[in-house]
Amino acid sequence: MSEVLILLLSTALVNNVVLVKFLGLCPFLGVSRKLDAAIGMGLATTFVLTLASAASWMLEQWLLEPFGLGYLRIVSFILVIAAAVQFVELAMRKFSPELHQVLGIYLPLITTNCAVLGVALLNVQQGSDFLHALLYGLGSAAGFTLVMAMFAGVRERLELAAVPASFSGAPIALITAGLLSLAFMGFSGLRLD
Amino acid sequence: MGFRDLIADFKLQWGVHPDGHKSLTSERPIESMPLPERLVLPLAQHIGAPARPVVAPGERVLRGQRLAEPVGMVSSAVHAPTSGRIADIGDYPVPHPSGLAAAALVLLPDGLDEPVAFEPCEDPHSLEADEIARRVAAGGVVGLGGATFPAAVKLGLGKRNPVHTLLLNGGECEPYLSCDDRTMRERPQAVVDGARLMARALGAQAVVIGIERNKPAAIAAVQLAASGHPEVSVRALPVRYPMGSEKQLVAYLTGVEVPAGGLSAEVGVVVHNVGTAAEVSRVLRTGEPLTHRALTVSGAAISRPANLRVAIGTSVADIIAHCGGVRRDVARYVMGGPMMGMLLPGTDVPVVKGSSGVLSLTSEEAGGGSASACIRCARCAGVCPIGLQPFEMAARIRAGRAEAAVDLGLKDCIGCGSCAYTCPAKIPLSHYFSYAKGSLAAAERSRLKNESIKKLTAARSERLAREAREKAEAAARRKAEREAAKRRAAEAAAGEAAEERREVPQVSA
Amino acid sequence: MLIAVTSLTLIATCLGLILGIAARRFHVEPPELVSELEAMLPGSQCGQCGFPGCNGAAEALADGLAPVTLCPPGGPALALALADKLGVQVELGAMGEREPTIAAVREDICIGCTKCFKECPTDAIHGAMKQMHSVMKEACTGCGKCAEICPTEAVTLVPVAATLGNWRWREPAFA
Repeated sequence: MSEVLILLLSTALVNNVVLVKFLGLCPFLGVSRKLDAAIGMGLATTFVLTLASAASWMLEQWLLEPFGLGYLRIVSFILVIAAAVQFVELAMRKFSPELHQVLGIYLPLITTNCAVLGVALLNVQQGSDFLHALLYGLGSAAGFTLVMAMFAGVRERLELAAVPASFSGAPIALITAGLLSLAFMGFSGLRLD
Repeated sequence: MGFRDLIADFKLQWGVHPDGHKSLTSERPIESMPLPERLVLPLAQHIGAPARPVVAPGERVLRGQRLAEPVGMVSSAVHAPTSGRIADIGDYPVPHPSGLAAAALVLLPDGLDEPVAFEPCEDPHSLEADEIARRVAAGGVVGLGGATFPAAVKLGLGKRNPVHTLLLNGGECEPYLSCDDRTMRERPQAVVDGARLMARALGAQAVVIGIERNKPAAIAAVQLAASGHPEVSVRALPVRYPMGSEKQLVAYLTGVEVPAGGLSAEVGVVVHNVGTAAEVSRVLRTGEPLTHRALTVSGAAISRPANLRVAIGTSVADIIAHCGGVRRDVARYVMGGPMMGMLLPGTDVPVVKGSSGVLSLTSEEAGGGSASACIRCARCAGVCPIGLQPFEMAARIRAGRAEAAVDLGLKDCIGCGSCAYTCPAKIPLSHYFSYAKGSLAAAERSRLKNESIKKLTAARSERLAREAREKAEAAARRKAEREAAKRRAAEAAAGEAAEERREVPQVSA
Repeated sequence: MLIAVTSLTLIATCLGLILGIAARRFHVEPPELVSELEAMLPGSQCGQCGFPGCNGAAEALADGLAPVTLCPPGGPALALALADKLGVQVELGAMGEREPTIAAVREDICIGCTKCFKECPTDAIHGAMKQMHSVMKEACTGCGKCAEICPTEAVTLVPVAATLGNWRWREPAFA
């Protein structure tokens, strides 16, 4: 149990996909203007990431590895992930039109999201078993959602602040992202054992 | 100070303590100001629809004559303060922060002060509740504390909600002002009498008169006047601004909070000003309408601070001249109190029913200075009597998101100005809120206009369609008629031909 | 090589099948966005937005070709409502630049030709043949169609006069 917790914490905080590994920066900057949109994006990514981790693990273990098709890894992963995202979009439009309206154009971003592909590839690199792969995906996604929500919250407040003209908009957002990243570096000192 | 007051004081966590400056005028009795040469009587001296004039320019009117009648439910009449000639009905500058002109009557007094025949009432306490409200309405009485809500409409609130208590606001928490203080000291009988009459009209069993502790003479005088009436009680209020705000007064004196966006009548309480009570008593007993009011003339720049009883419509310039003019540079002329009163663009505006003071403030008194960035000290949140977060609301308004400020309670803001007063960064917080409330109202107006335009457009297209249809029908009818006529003609021709044919054989036969 | 081709083909076929079925199962009718947007617009077909009538404007809005601030008669209130509907950010600053105007008839040169009130989309102009025409302020959207058609240029657009009813506080200046 404690191992599960450690894995989740270390993927979510210590090895945060966005602020430590610098993966998935497009949605991090693109969908973080509003808190509710950011959380929606985070939740969609959570679903896709977990799904993608499981699917890519199965693909790797049952197809790519036994038949020595390692060179097909990236293309087949993309295929599976894209299909998963497409599926999520279809399901979301049916069951949660509000969420679909908020995410609308952002959902396809997840397809080419490097965080999703990155996590799937890292799983293979680390040689995780199924449970660990799943947890790794879930933890990364939780970290992603957390950072999205934090950053969106900060940006919502920044909209109200008297930012000097030369810094307003994207520059101050990037500075904020840098500061957040610095703060997350502090987690690398966390002893999880 | 009883135990109950101690607890209530302990619970008070809002408000500010601005310098009172009351000693400038508080010991000066109310004096009558002589009539000026010209009176300007705006038609909208109250909240609600402007009154409609019932006299024509050039007409001679008598003192107490009704010059304009109320329009609709929430409105109030305007009466002549003296006899004279109506010189004009047109747009004149009115006391309003915009400095714009609005419809007003101009009355030139003839100096005779000839009155109409008034109907005095010996014992107004025997009148029915509706009759009291009717006479108050006929007398053109509005809330004299500054809100200028028609008093009679407020007296009718007892019909919709059971009202158990009438609160009389003698707080006069605005700095400088002392006219209510003087009214309570000089006419305590009228205050208590008016309060009892209003309670009768409302069906309220109890009257509580709240007076701030910095007016001990007024407390003593009103207590003495109320001693014969067990239903009337006097309670001292802590000295704090905005104690005289309706919701705050109700919360302090009854312990019940008025719901957001609601009326105090919903919790069984109605609040009137002490000055209004004194006028209600006078209007009912003498039958004379509201044409004069007491106000305070003060500020460090005025030569002779005073409490005056002036005819409504007297210009601010005349009042200042009567008080010896100004002796220092005036930074601001303010009508009402310095906290919630309005900045006057000039002195060529008349005193209206809601004017409780005319202040000539020097630059030291007016304060001001440029605003700096918010340091998030949250003092404004601490003093807000409603418990709002002014700094957060102002930040949203500045970012152009008034609707986000509404989520934080902008609509509950009473505009008391405590936040702006206390702000160490001198951020004009109440100005932000006035601005945002204005934009929201403008958006609402444009939405309503849009809706009505949509109806007009629909009506137009329907009309055009109907016209086209009618035209087509008419054309079809004409065509049918033409064809019928043609057919008839053809038939007739055919008939003739047949006859001829018949005739022909006969001929041939 | 064969395995690679067949396995990828297989995966792609399976996924395609799943997606195809999902697209059928989860099919939703796209909302009638255009008609909803058109219902929100004033409907006076005044053409101030540059599109052919409110229907055209609604189509442009739905396709994202027009900003939500396109409708001057609707004002900022409509812009906010549209932005909310379309889930976009709104910049009202540009909106405020345009001062609201209203049509006014110059009585000395009006010849009473009735052209303007036949043109007016909201019936805001009243009059009769050879009679003076006048504008009803409450109904005028300031669209300017009457000013365009007037043969004597008697109809002009003037800024809406400030009254106590529509005056409002200006935005405080901030250092």
